[in-house]
Amino acid sequence: MENFTYSYPAGKTASKKVLVGVVASGDLEVLLEPATAGATSVHINTSVTGKGKTWGEVLNRIFITGALPAAKIDINDCGATPGVVRLRIEQAFEELNEPDAKGGRYE
Amino acid sequence: MNRTATHYRDSITELSARQRARALLDAGSMRELADPFCHLSSPWLGLQGITPQADDGVVVAKGSFDGQPTVVLAIEGGYQGGSMGEVGGAKIAGALELAAEDNRNGIPIQAIILFETGGVRLQEANLGLAAIAEIHSAIVDLRRYQPVIGISAGPVGCYGGMSIAAGLCSYLIMTREARLGLNGPAVIEQEAGIDEFDSRDKPFIWSLTGGEQRFQSGLADAYVADDIEEVRMAMRTLRARGTPPSHRSDLFENYLGRLAMIDTGAPATAEMVRHLYAIGLES
Repeated sequence: MENFTYSYPAGKTASKKVLVGVVASGDLEVLLEPATAGATSVHINTSVTGKGKTWGEVLNRIFITGALPAAKIDINDCGATPGVVRLRIEQAFEELNEPDAKGGRYE
Repeated sequence: MNRTATHYRDSITELSARQRARALLDAGSMRELADPFCHLSSPWLGLQGITPQADDGVVVAKGSFDGQPTVVLAIEGGYQGGSMGEVGGAKIAGALELAAEDNRNGIPIQAIILFETGGVRLQEANLGLAAIAEIHSAIVDLRRYQPVIGISAGPVGCYGGMSIAAGLCSYLIMTREARLGLNGPAVIEQEAGIDEFDSRDKPFIWSLTGGEQRFQSGLADAYVADDIEEVRMAMRTLRARGTPPSHRSDLFENYLGRLAMIDTGAPATAEMVRHLYAIGLES
C-alpha cells in the first residue's frame, strides 16, 4: 500500500458530499466532501506502489488551475489507469451539479 | 408483457449495492446509516496490500417499503467478491439486532438482505466467521417478529456462511442469474475431482445451483426476472404471507432424510434433486 496527499488552490466550498466508483480491479472510489473555500486536499490510498510521480501529474492537470470547488477528496484505488482516475474525479465534480434527492444522493 | 415493457426492463443485477437499496425502497425514503463518509473501512486489508473501501462493501439503508419501516442490507458484490469481513459483517448484524429490538419496542421494522457474496473474507478469517455467526443469530431473532426477506440477484450469487444466512431467511427471492450454494464450484472440483464437478461447465453449475433450480427445489420462494419492479412485486407477495408457521430451517430433519436417500455413486442431476426435494417437506 502507498499513501499520498496533495494540496491545490480551489474556488468556493463544494455544495455536498459525493461518492463515485467502487474499489474493484482497475477501478477506484472517490469520496468528495465540502472543504473550506480556497483549498482542496487529495488523499490517495493505493494498492499499486511506485506510481507517485504519475499520480502527481494526473492530479496537477485536473486541479492546478484552482477553478474547481474546494473539497476534501479521499481516493481508494485498486490499480486504475490514469484515464480512469481522471474520469472518476471529473464524474465526482459533475455530480455536484446534479439535483439532490432527499437526504443527499450518491451511488 | 409487451415489447416496450421488455425493452425498458429495469435491471437489478447491473446496479451497485447502494443503487439496489434505493431502488427497492419507496421513492425518496432511503437514508443510509454508517455511510461511507463515516470511513468505517476494514483495518485488516491494508496490512495485506488490499485497498480498503470506505463502506467495507456493505450498505445499511433505512426507509420504507409500501409504507412499512424497512431496513435494507445490501452487499456490494463488486468489492472483494462481496466477502464478509469484521466491519461489513458487524454492520449487517448490528442493523438486524437493532431491528429486532425495535420490534420488541413496538416498531414493526422489517429487514431485506441483498446477498451478493462469496461468503467469509478469508483475509479476516475468524473475525469474518464470527460476524457471520452473529448475522445468523440476528436473523433467527428478527424473523420471529417480521418476515426477513433475502434476495440473491447475481452475478456473484450467495455462497459459504452467507448461504446459511440466506437459508435462515423467512423467504428467499432469486433471479436466473443468481446462484446459491455452500461451496463454490471451484472448491467442489478441488475437493471432489473434476469427474464429480467441472467448475468450467457453466450450464451444469447453473442447472444445480442457479435460481430456477433452487426455486423448483423449494429452496427459494420466488423466481423473478432481472427487473426491479418484479423483485418489488415478489417482496410484496411474500410480505403479505407474514411470518411462516415453520421456517425452512426448522425442517432440517426432513431435509436430512431426503439427503440420506441420495445414491452418491452417481453424479447428481438437476431432475433428481428436484424430485427428491419435492417429497413431503410440508410437514
